[in-house]
Amino acid sequence: MTDISDRQQLSYIAAQAADARVNLELETEGMTLNIGPQHPATHGTLRIIAKLDGEQVIAADPVMGYMHRGYEKLTEVRTYPQVTTLINRIDWLGSFANEVPFILAAERLMEVEAPPRAQSIRTILFEMSRIANVVLFLGDMAVQVGAVTPVFFAFRDREHILNQIEAVTGGRFHPNFDRIGGLKDDLPAGWINETKQVMKKMRSFCDEIETLVLGNEIFQARTRGIGVIPADVGLSYGLSGANIRASGVDWDVRRDNPCGLSYDQVDWKVWTHPDGDSFSRFWVRLQEVRESTKIVDQLLETIPAGPIMAKVPRIIKVPAGEAFVETENPLGVMGYYIVSKGDLVPYRVKIRSASFNNMSISPWLLKGVYVPDIITILASLYFILGDIDR
Amino acid sequence: MLEELSGEFGDALLGSHLEPGIELTIRVATAAWADTAAFLRNGMGFAFFNFVSAIDWMPSPFGRDMDSQVDLTLDGTNPKDPAPMEQGTAGGGTRFQVFARVNDIVNHRGITIKADVPEDSLTVPTWVGTYSGANWHEREAWEMFGISFEGHPGLRHIYLPGEFEGNPLRKDYPLLARRVKPWPGIVDVEAMPGDDEEAEGEASDD
Repeated sequence: MTDISDRQQLSYIAAQAADARVNLELETEGMTLNIGPQHPATHGTLRIIAKLDGEQVIAADPVMGYMHRGYEKLTEVRTYPQVTTLINRIDWLGSFANEVPFILAAERLMEVEAPPRAQSIRTILFEMSRIANVVLFLGDMAVQVGAVTPVFFAFRDREHILNQIEAVTGGRFHPNFDRIGGLKDDLPAGWINETKQVMKKMRSFCDEIETLVLGNEIFQARTRGIGVIPADVGLSYGLSGANIRASGVDWDVRRDNPCGLSYDQVDWKVWTHPDGDSFSRFWVRLQEVRESTKIVDQLLETIPAGPIMAKVPRIIKVPAGEAFVETENPLGVMGYYIVSKGDLVPYRVKIRSASFNNMSISPWLLKGVYVPDIITILASLYFILGDIDR
Repeated sequence: MLEELSGEFGDALLGSHLEPGIELTIRVATAAWADTAAFLRNGMGFAFFNFVSAIDWMPSPFGRDMDSQVDLTLDGTNPKDPAPMEQGTAGGGTRFQVFARVNDIVNHRGITIKADVPEDSLTVPTWVGTYSGANWHEREAWEMFGISFEGHPGLRHIYLPGEFEGNPLRKDYPLLARRVKPWPGIVDVEAMPGDDEEAEGEASDD
């Protein structure tokens, strides 16, 4: 007992001495600000230790792991169909999207392909979970700069989407609906028309947010020119999704590599923004929700008839091999690297989650910003802690 | 693309595995690990950093003990018999391998790079100098597998508490929850009585 406390004492003294040396060099009195783990701006339990010089951050160190569940280990002892239950909980706001790349990777190893109807419905549900996810961001970002109303609108309108997802899958947050070779069930009766109505509502929600937030002077002052990420820096940190498109990189996995999903059958646009600041990240996401509603609308018109499941064996053994499939998830590029040894369970699953890379830029990005901007920058990067900690 | 790579690396390119149109995996010598990253980024336009991780090829000494005891009686094998160690695609010769993936966002292609980790030192060069995003990924691999990255600016715990001992993603690290209470596992997908050969081939939602 005494040993441990002595060691802690020593490391504390060493840290203090290191701080003192920094302060001596800068000739200032430093201060360490601890943000989180329980902070409304952290979408879960992220803790940030920020060393401050006055109002400016000189070093920021995110501390993760408060929600680490060890999914990469747990997948090694579960059969393939059981894994989707786990990975639903990675990004809990857009759960269905988590299942898709894993299932696609397993399908590639098994050399089965979902029937066209399943692919189409998969894409619809994928886009609906994107809307459910990003809508909450649009409301939440406004809260972080002090506007409370948009988040109520967001929760109100997200409910429509969740109801539609629930009507198909039976689960509001954790559908667990995707299967190797297809989907669990077909669409319920009347669902297509209802969903078209919901898409209309989502588009009017986007208009609402646009008039309410985007033109707002305070919002612009708090986000324009704040947290600028140059494209090459963002890419070398592995930023993806709206975060990198807001830096002017025209890259979207949905358009460029739509393996197994029906994006090539619809007419839609990838939005980019040249600025790379917090404002543009918000703007790009707003446009993406609109595009998603368009994709869903078009796909609803053209769902092919046919079976919902391909022929797969009752007991799923995946042939030996390795496969990596990435998709454009609500938070960015998500991929699964599956190593199979021909067993019932995967040998190793590497989960490439978007938020982990998106957040890894934060020490670089937060250096030199002012304390209130920490909140807007983190909000605009948009991470889900389950997606960082896995 | 493979030819361009082999032209650049020559002997350092130890193995490759190509699925046309889908996937290219190459294995490079450990010493060339960092140079590969630099060449891919600066010479071939692979600007997007996807991930770095590691894999433990040693079959788990616990065997199928992790699973339910039921399936042991089903297939009648001794679960404790460790299978021979065999590396995956692109080959290899060591227990641990690091593997990484980078993407070319202009030409829309991706590549997986692997390298052996020497058994005695368990150290490979870092990628942080080329891809800044490798920082956290290498911290994770260090913590989960115990592999050191030479030149990394600060290998600290990223997920686990500072006093944690062991490397959880190694195959010889037991999953304690399973040791305490076995998972029903295969029982869920066991063939039902009355299932004939015909039903075996049919789609199932289990």
